[in-house]
Amino acid sequence: MNDLLAVIIAGLLSVTALLALIRLYRGPSLMDRVVAADMLLATIVGAVGAEAAINRHATTLPVLVVLALLGFVGSVSLVRFAAREQP
Amino acid sequence: MTHWSTGSPAAHWSTGSPAADWSAASPAADWSVAAWTAGWTVVADWLGAVSLVAGALLSLAAAIGVLRFPDTLSRMHAATKPQVLGVLLLLLGLSLRLRTLADLGMVVLVGIFQLATAPVAAQMIGRAAYRAGRVDRRLLDADELAER
Repeated sequence: MNDLLAVIIAGLLSVTALLALIRLYRGPSLMDRVVAADMLLATIVGAVGAEAAINRHATTLPVLVVLALLGFVGSVSLVRFAAREQP
Repeated sequence: MTHWSTGSPAAHWSTGSPAADWSAASPAADWSVAAWTAGWTVVADWLGAVSLVAGALLSLAAAIGVLRFPDTLSRMHAATKPQVLGVLLLLLGLSLRLRTLADLGMVVLVGIFQLATAPVAAQMIGRAAYRAGRVDRRLLDADELAER
């Protein structure tokens, strides 16, 4: 069951990250790229949590806390930077 | 899923004596605390697996939305799903499979951070996108910032 679960979740989250990367590459404005990067970070939070759930260890839980705060700080600072750039 | 096919009732009924097979197929129920705890962990494992797969599916649907939707505000609408419900489902699956109080506290902390920071970031991104003119006005039902 664990192997099947790992394969299913790895496939789903890999396609998710790939689609977010495509939007990050194509996004016409900086805001689209911020949205896509935020979603990519949420996907990474989910992937790290799913890996910890499948292998039943708790060593990466502090990484989850740091990632959850890093997404907020990153997107807010990028949006402040973009708002100052616009007239 | 192999145990579903091996445990099919037709395999037992075809062997002749139904009474012996019935008693072999369903042993006496064990109502001890150890058996109850073992059953609970199995149920928690399966519920955790189901929530992990549901969270991953929700993230995939949101990624398709982020790739396909036409403007920034609709892409934000799609991107909110893995940020809140997808991450919460994956964290629910994580806590259902770890089953420790300290890990549960850490997981709840991550969920509270996600819930508290996602609206603030979405508000700032939406306001900046509106001010930069990245909003398709044909898709808006009401523009409450127009007269300001």
